[in-house]
Amino acid sequence: MTQPRVGRRAFLTGAALAGAASAVDAQTPPSPAVPSASPPAAKPAKAAPVGYTFLKPAEAAFVEALAAHMIPADELTADGVALGVPVYIDRALAGGWGKGDRLYRQGPWPQGTPNQGYQLPLTPAELFRAGVRQANAYCRTTFGRAFDRLAADRKEAFLLALSRGQAAFGAGPPAGAFFDLIYQLVMEGFFADPIYGGNRDKASWAMIGFPGVLANNARNAEAYRDGRRYSAKPVSIADMS
Amino acid sequence: MARKLPRADIVIVGFGWTGGILARELAPTGLKIVALERGGPRSTEEDFAVPVIRDELRFDRRHDLMADTATDTCTVRNSLAETALPMRRLGSFLPGEGVGGAGVHWNGTTWRWSDRDLRIRSLYRERYGAKYIPADMPLRDWGVTSAELEPYYEKFEYVAGVSGKAGNLKTGKVPGGNPFEDVRAKDYPLPPLTHGHGPQLFAEAATKLGYHPFPRPGANASRPYTNPDGMHLGQCQYCGFCERFGCESNAKGSPHITVIPVALKHPNVELRTHAWVQKVLLDSTRKRATGVAYVDVETGEELEQPADVVLLCAYQLGNVHLMLLSGIGKPYDPKTGKGVIGANYCYQGGGGQLMFFEGKSFNPFIATGSAGVTIDDFHSNWDFDRGPHGFVGGSTVQCGGSGGRPIGYRPTPPGTPLWGSDWKRATAKGYQSALSVSFFTSVTPNRGNYLDLDPTYTNAFGQPLLRMTFDFHENERKMMAHGASLCAEIGKAMNPTILAPNRPRNSWSVVPYQSTHNTGGAIMGTDPSQTAVNTWQQSWDVPNVFSVGASSFPHNSAYNPTGPLAALAYRTAEAIRDRYLKHPGLLG
Repeated sequence: MTQPRVGRRAFLTGAALAGAASAVDAQTPPSPAVPSASPPAAKPAKAAPVGYTFLKPAEAAFVEALAAHMIPADELTADGVALGVPVYIDRALAGGWGKGDRLYRQGPWPQGTPNQGYQLPLTPAELFRAGVRQANAYCRTTFGRAFDRLAADRKEAFLLALSRGQAAFGAGPPAGAFFDLIYQLVMEGFFADPIYGGNRDKASWAMIGFPGVLANNARNAEAYRDGRRYSAKPVSIADMS
Repeated sequence: MARKLPRADIVIVGFGWTGGILARELAPTGLKIVALERGGPRSTEEDFAVPVIRDELRFDRRHDLMADTATDTCTVRNSLAETALPMRRLGSFLPGEGVGGAGVHWNGTTWRWSDRDLRIRSLYRERYGAKYIPADMPLRDWGVTSAELEPYYEKFEYVAGVSGKAGNLKTGKVPGGNPFEDVRAKDYPLPPLTHGHGPQLFAEAATKLGYHPFPRPGANASRPYTNPDGMHLGQCQYCGFCERFGCESNAKGSPHITVIPVALKHPNVELRTHAWVQKVLLDSTRKRATGVAYVDVETGEELEQPADVVLLCAYQLGNVHLMLLSGIGKPYDPKTGKGVIGANYCYQGGGGQLMFFEGKSFNPFIATGSAGVTIDDFHSNWDFDRGPHGFVGGSTVQCGGSGGRPIGYRPTPPGTPLWGSDWKRATAKGYQSALSVSFFTSVTPNRGNYLDLDPTYTNAFGQPLLRMTFDFHENERKMMAHGASLCAEIGKAMNPTILAPNRPRNSWSVVPYQSTHNTGGAIMGTDPSQTAVNTWQQSWDVPNVFSVGASSFPHNSAYNPTGPLAALAYRTAEAIRDRYLKHPGLLG
């Protein structure tokens, strides 16, 4: 049984190759309808529009500025907004994880030591919301504007200070916990399977050379023992579904 | 008031490797066996199908197959001086939940622990004198030898489909295997897995330095395989979604495709999922269990399952938690050193050496849980003189990653920014050219490391959480410094372009993932005043309760724990079947 479920795999491989051309992606505008002589069918459903279900306007502005700054457009990929990172973040915060699934929430809430890990009474969504408020307050006090309105060098200065524990918030949750959360969210939005709304066109997977979810490597394990690079067009969950 | 169910002969609490093995071995007795699993059912077809199973976000980052800390967790602290706080989400270790337990999302690495572990106290005393063992280290022999465990190790390797290469057969040493393993009757059932370019470079460098590299043994089938029960395993596809995922090819030896379906073919074995056991019920003498109390978490109903024999087969922490909640055995007191339940809690140390090789591609996504190369020269090798280093235990050193899933695996050289175009370029380059050599170390027991019940925090059922007090102590720090130096030595010999700085860990944190190798807390041995269970994992205090699993280990090794965990389960099953059932009472 070198190739379990050969039939399905062959089918899925074919589907994946076809899928590369017709990219299953909510962002792709529908192709123009092909004129036809047959009786008019009902209008094809449009791809779902992208909007936010959780982010408030100021939060959306913050997240879009953050995604575009951390993942700039360059020779490797489009920028983080074009890749759907804010959509990923919006969905993650709106969903079960954002609302505290798998998070033990009982108090009391002393802060403990760094070795004891996360000890705030906030879900990720609550931490995000409180953190954006504080981050924008910090930016206004320090630079005179909210984060999304800052010039690139000011954004960089603020994020560096935040990541190094040098930008203490005046109130609310610790700045370090907020940075950990937003950095995690941006990385997940960039690298998770596109089915979650980010990593559009599998851009980050193509950037690093990760072939994705279709992985029958028993033969490759032998063939690539010599340090050569194995290349394949990345395949995502939607491509195989 | 709990609804009382019809009596069973045997009730099994937890249905992963140990529960599955015991059910499989005891099923032919015809006795009524009820297995209670706190999580849901699992099948490869429904739960591990491609493409859904290949979702790093859901299964790796969000722990979809693992224990839910919102329902039950533990509190943690580094020392008695601190207040323990809840592990609010998983991090350092990842206990399983659901049929198959952690056996569905493990890597598969399977070792035979040698007498250097099982007779650790005697060996160090003989060689280095009694004073060599620190006063605060309650080191214990296990009460079994590797020769006694040998047939059970073999049994598990053949059931789980372990791929590897023997190094020390009865007929003589075998070049290319582990020369430091104890003697064995048979080779592994399957030839070694194919390892990649990185492990190849590691093997060459280690050989040049005079060490003895060999392929890491693991329950990832290198060929299609049918085990002695007639259960079929597919061939490993090196998909890179092994640890933290279920295997869609049935190539990873797991309870839900081996022992569990064999057990469930017997009509006298009944599995109930979503059955959360809260405690073992004792009679008025407190010396006999009458069954278990559990909650059906799909209905909220409280139930009582009477049984003649209770087999605790939860994760290590779960077994200790249930012993404490039920009042079985005397809880350990770190101030006096008296008591046994919760004592000798151990974890595992480790670290690694990150390197970058300009111009090379290691294809990190062509990977499986266990493929790789290990050296055992500083662990089971008793010729390695610990005297100059002053520690008890040792390190295994290995090369071989378990996947290149990109949310979690993005190595970059030191000094790389955290975002921006330069970060993207370094990430793209590092993904292909990075390689790590890593080590695991033993953890020996320390008087201050233990488990008990938390005085403040409770689980979803209102029961106290388990409290973990743990840190690495001087012995582990010495070993980790040594392990890190070994990785640096071998790494340097591999001639990388960049050798990243390598800082050994000094203190235990619950945050980053380290290892799901928690051990001890209800340890086995031959002295009832110092151990919770005898060498058949039978409670000294309540002899119709058996606590089976890594909770029985008196210390932790530099090996992965599943080999002895399974071997001890087989040995316990045999003792129950052949002796206990005929003459219930303490086995001797």
